[in-house]
This record gives sequence, structure tokens and C-alpha cells, in this order.
Amino acid sequence: MPVTQTVPAAARMFLSGNDAVARAVWEAGTRVAAAYPGTPSTEILEILSRYSGLHTEWSINEKVSMEVALGASMVGARAFCAMKHVGLNVASDALMTMTVTGTEGGLVIAVADDVGMSSSQNEQDSRYWGRFAHVPVLEPSDSQEAYAMTLAAFDLSERLKSPVILRLTTRICHVKGVVHTGERIEVEPKGFVKDPRHWVMVPGNAKPRLPTMFEREAAARAQAEVTPLNFQVDGSDRRIGFVTSGPTFMHVREAFPDAPVFKLGLSCPPPLESLRRFAATVDTVLVVEETEPLLETEMKAAGIACHGKDVLPRIGELAPDVLEPAVRRLRGEVVPEPEHVPAQQVFPRPPTMCVACPHLGVYYTLSQMRNVIISGDIGCYTLGAGHPWNALDTCISMGASMGTALGMDKGRGKADENKKIVAVIGDSTFMHMGMQGLLDITWNRGNVTVLLLDNRAVGMTGGQDNPGTGRDIHGEETTRVDFAKLCEALGVKKERIHVLDPYELPVLFKALREETKIEEPSVIITNRPCVLIDHYQPAKSYTVEEDRCTGCGNCVEVGCPAIHVTRRDKVVKASGKEVDLSFVRIETSACTGCGLCVQPCAPEAIVHADPVQSVQSVQFVRK
Amino acid sequence: MSKITNILVCGVGGQGVMTATEILAEAAISLGFDVKKTEVAGMSQRGGVVTSHLRFGDVVLSPQIAPGEADLLIGFESAEALRWSHMLRPDGVALVNSGRIVPPVVNLGLFDYPEDPVAQMRALGLTVHAFDASSLAIQLGNIRLGNTVMLGACADRLPFPAEVLRDAVLARFGTRKPQLVEANRGAFEAGRRAVGGEALAA
Repeated sequence: MPVTQTVPAAARMFLSGNDAVARAVWEAGTRVAAAYPGTPSTEILEILSRYSGLHTEWSINEKVSMEVALGASMVGARAFCAMKHVGLNVASDALMTMTVTGTEGGLVIAVADDVGMSSSQNEQDSRYWGRFAHVPVLEPSDSQEAYAMTLAAFDLSERLKSPVILRLTTRICHVKGVVHTGERIEVEPKGFVKDPRHWVMVPGNAKPRLPTMFEREAAARAQAEVTPLNFQVDGSDRRIGFVTSGPTFMHVREAFPDAPVFKLGLSCPPPLESLRRFAATVDTVLVVEETEPLLETEMKAAGIACHGKDVLPRIGELAPDVLEPAVRRLRGEVVPEPEHVPAQQVFPRPPTMCVACPHLGVYYTLSQMRNVIISGDIGCYTLGAGHPWNALDTCISMGASMGTALGMDKGRGKADENKKIVAVIGDSTFMHMGMQGLLDITWNRGNVTVLLLDNRAVGMTGGQDNPGTGRDIHGEETTRVDFAKLCEALGVKKERIHVLDPYELPVLFKALREETKIEEPSVIITNRPCVLIDHYQPAKSYTVEEDRCTGCGNCVEVGCPAIHVTRRDKVVKASGKEVDLSFVRIETSACTGCGLCVQPCAPEAIVHADPVQSVQSVQFVRK
Repeated sequence: MSKITNILVCGVGGQGVMTATEILAEAAISLGFDVKKTEVAGMSQRGGVVTSHLRFGDVVLSPQIAPGEADLLIGFESAEALRWSHMLRPDGVALVNSGRIVPPVVNLGLFDYPEDPVAQMRALGLTVHAFDASSLAIQLGNIRLGNTVMLGACADRLPFPAEVLRDAVLARFGTRKPQLVEANRGAFEAGRRAVGGEALAA
């Protein structure tokens, strides 16, 4: 579905940090913008793709997105790439050389850290990359600043001929605030200048460039001391002076409105002399930074006495409710008990797979298999680690299911001799980083059965397109990958590649059992689309005939959120064995008729609901 | 600095918590307030817990509401309202949908759904207005009207006229389908009446 939307004129707009960055990237005259979707950064490219006048794309991974941006910069165009924190690990190989070559057209890298880990496998502080790669880091503290700093980042990049990192966090990306915007300026690319000493990084060319990189860093350091992006807010209560960056500025201002605050916008390299002068004006300095004690360490190394992670948590967000008690303790005050009601213990509500999700059948089948070790990956299907399936044994990083499965196969001892090793990966993850791992499996003769769950979407982040969908970021038709042929090209024998319907449980089970018996690499590709994307067609919904339900609970094990237990019971069998019974109903309004639950239902109690029944059923369940 | 109004909206992924908060924000913006809104998205989209923070006033700094600072707690699901009770000011008001969304972990018998979440909230000394907004929405023709019903329920407890919020709701749906405008107008009024509000003049 091609997206066309009128771009609003300059105005006072209510924008998320991601919206604001996208708006500024467009206004800056950027010609190329690339990303791989990743929470909390995803929306930046989605929004940018609606603007005209620039090339936008989903790249297959973050490293490629950075390379695309660099290529555009080489021809003198303004360029942009966006990623989440773990994405920069993937892109770091490109970054670490890009910092040596430097850039031509302004190049801005937005990196979104998931402080508080709402949907990531780790919490990492991307500000380190600024130090590691010797590139400036800008840290906005709300949407208006995200907008202004994105524009400033392009200018800084062009002035220094360096990539610039725009460090965002979840509380920037997904916070909406009022932003005053402007209009796009067109920036004509200067054209590519052939100069191997600049762009061909063989040792002989790269070595002379290293001093340039450090000169540039010195220039950035001087810039940090004078830029208006770094400023001081005076305060009457000089007992504690706060040093802040990113969203912590707002939290500190909220919690301590009378305190002096040093606000870092261009936080790397840090303006140590300005910070030293600030420190001299207050009794005690407290550095408030998410998440690592980075500035704190740098300030201490420069001989500026300060507090930081000795009183503040090292993990998670530093919101006012976290700051206030910590600062009171630092001042030697007694922290009173909160006046509000205490937090209540309620059952956990972890995310679940969707009703009729094509992964349900896969995990149900895996959960029925004995003696398997299941190597998992990053995506919706990571949820297979949860109840009721408990069918994932590992999950490390994008594409890691392949390599870890091979490693487990090659490293196993007697204890795991008879176990089958299965790797599970999604279509987009496979193209992001999985293909190389599969090639390693075939090349090194690994005994691994790969389940390639092709739901034709980057499901977890909202169903974005990828080369498996045959559509680009604008929804327009393009090359579509044939996964069976791709796996064959990567060395899997043709007869070991199966394309199956994940709703056909017996077929899936049989294929898995057979392929895990054969001691060579095999791939089972499942071929049903994500239920949340536009071309999914729901079928007639099901209901449970209550008098036929025997309470066996097999359908509950499928894990569909539309199946609800109405009554539990225990019976003692003739053998003396106690059996738990769970009688169920189906939330007919939610059921999309995929038929997965029908297959394990022994008494055939699950039948199609007729329309009249479905309305009664809804009213019944809601009372 | 003048008083800031803090509204916490909570519920389950897919219920329209974020959309409802967005509409509340639009109403506040239309009156010229400084507004900030935040939520935790990502994995919460798939049947997980969703909370959305809305703050408005002359100048809003932090986007987050601290525990015990919410003036209004809008609970789209009763157990979720109980989970986030500690966010409410002791003298604040909770508007709660007494309808339940039972998660798979409860169906599997691993955890229990609280006996009566609303009663538990009241036992904590909180002021709670509860009604079955889900059933009401289904009676009105579509479960998805539930978030408009909840917005109607909070319309008389905002520091601005109920009409402003109603108009923001209708503006949201009005651009696409006219029949949605009428359905949402009805849902908004039904929500208001359910917690004792008077009907608005059309």
C-alpha cells in the first residue's frame, strides 16, 4: 500500500522525538536515509518515507544502512541512518572506518538506547561509541531539542567532516511534545571527488588519516566549550549542582526547580573546562546520566570532584521519583515514606502471540517434541520462550540462532548425544544476519534443523517490509526473495528444504520429526503471513460446544489468547492418577478461524460459530 | 509554575490506550497548554501491559508522572487499574472499566486474576468510579468504541469543558467516516452518563 501524505507546513506541531528527528532530517535537505526497524527507533524512517525529495529505505541490517548513508555522503549529499542501540553494534564495523575517512555531505546517525529495556535483549549506553569512534555525540532532552539538534548535527558534521551521533533514548523517541518546525532547504550534492588517499582505507592510506581524526576531535572539544548546545541554568539552592544530558535534564528540572544545572547537548567530547567552572560555583556536583558513569569518570579523571553512580542507580531511567530520594540521601536528609498507596501485586501480563499467529502452531509442535534443544532468535517468535510452549532455549542477538545451534552441535558431549538441535529464525532476521550463519552450518556440516518462519513481515516492530515481502518502504513492488532457492544457494540440499503451512500441525510435526532424524542441515520454511498485516484474511470463527468439552486442555496448550478457561476440575483416573481438567470457551469476537485449536481437540468440541451464536457468546463472556 | 495536570491511562495492548491518550492530548493542545505524553510501547503491543502518561500545564518538563502524582487514573481493564493504583494521588480519582481481559498465564492456571480489583482499590482508600465499559461498547455495536466510552467517563473530571474533549474525539473520527462520528458521539455520552454525567448539548 503506497503511503502518500501531505507534509504539513511549518507550524507548532505535537511530535514524538522520532517524528521531530524525521522532520528535521527532511528539512535539512537530506537526500538519503536508511534504517533497519528496531524499537524505539523504528518510526523515524517510517515517517521519513512519507516525505518527498529524498530516498528512504529499509536496509537489511544496520551496517548496510550506515554504508548506504556513507555512500551518499561521499558524493556530497546529506545522509542519515537510524538504529536502536544493538543495531549500532552491528553497524560498528562501518562506523569505525567511517570515522577514519571522515564524511563529505553531512552524515547523522540516530541511535536509540532502550533505557529501562522495554523491548530489548540488553541495556547499553551508546554514548560509548562516541568515545570509541572519536565522533561527536548530541543528546536531546525532548522533542523540540530532538528537532533542533538534528539540524545542528548536520551543520556540525559538515563543519568537522565527521559523522555525528544523535543519541536518543526511549523517553525521547516515544515522548510527544510541542515542536516549532520550519521548512526544507535544498542542499545540492557537491559531487564525488576521486581521492583514494581519502576513501580507500588500505593501511598506507588509513595511517596518515588518523592524525586528521584526532585534530577533528580537538576541534569538536573546543566547539563543546563554546556551543550554545551546552548551557547552564542558574539556581538559588547551590547545595547541589547537577550535570545532566538527555532526558535527565527535564527530570532534574522537575524534581529540583531551584538547583543550578549544567545541561550537555554536545556531550562528547565533554566540555571539561566549562564543567570545572560550573563545579566551582556549587557545594557538591551530582552527575545524572543514563545509564553508564561516563561523564562522571571523565570529570573525575580531570580532577573535578563529583558524585554520580555512588548515589544513583546504574540501571534504568532516572525519573524524578528515582532522583528525589537519592538526592535527599546525598544531602543527609531522612527520606520519608511515600504518601501514596503502595504498589499492588497483580499477576504478570507478559506480551503474547496474537490470536491465530502462524507461529502458534510451530511452537505448539515444538513443545510436543522430546529431546530437542531449540536455539532462538530476535522477533515476535522469541515469545515462544514463554507459556505455554516454553519452546526456546536460547536467544542472544539478531541471527545468532544459527551460529549458536552449530556451536551446540559441535560442542556437545555425551549428555546431549541423543538430542536434536533446532534453530528458529524469522524471515527478516534471516536476511539481517542469519544467512551467514546458515552458510556456516552447511559448510561445516552441522547437524541442525532450521525452522525459517516466513510471515512476510518484520513482525515485532509493526510489520515493515523486507526483501521477503517483495515490497519496499513505500509499499511498491520490487524483488522478492525465494527463501527455498536462497537456502539451496547457501548449501542446503534441495531435498532437505520443505515449504509448509504452519496451520497443518500433523504435516509440520512429521517434517520436524523426519528432518531432525537425518544428520545433515535441513530447513523447514513456514509460509503464512503475519495476522496483523493488511493482506491477512480472517476466516469464520470457532466456538466450543460446552457439553462436548471434556476439559482435556489440549487447546489451551496451543497458546492462542482467544481461548479462555471457564472452569477447572480434578479427576482421579482408574489407575489412581490425578488429572487436571480445564474447560474452555473461545472468545468468538477475537477468533479469526485459523483452526489451530481444532486439531488437538480430542472430543471434537470446537466447531464453527454461526453469526447468531457469536453475538450471544460475546455478550455471555463479557458479563 | 502553575499546576500541572497528570493523567495516567492504563490497559492492555490493543485496547486503544495510546489513541485515547492522544485524543486527550489533542484537546489540551487545542486550549494552548504545553503538553507532554509518553508511553512504553514495543512488546506491550502484543497483549502486554500498556501505560500512557499525559501531562499538561503552562510548562511541562519531565514527561513522566511520579508515583502518587496522577490526578486521574483511567483504567481500561480492571486488573491493570489495580496494578497502577499507586500512581494515583491519595485524593485523585480513578475511572475504571470493570471488564476483564484474562491473559494466557491465568488461563494456564499459573496465576490468579484478582477477585475484585475495584473493591481492592476502594479498600486502599481510593475514589473509584467503575462500570463495564466493554459491555457498554459491545451494546453500542463495537468493542472498539470502548476507548471513546472511557473518554466520555473522564470528560467531567478534566480542568477544561467536556465539550473540548468531545470535539477532539469527533475530529479524530470525523475525517474518515461520518457514521463513525455518530457512533463515537453516542459512546462518549454513554460513558459520561455511566459515571453520572449530564448529557451535552449537540
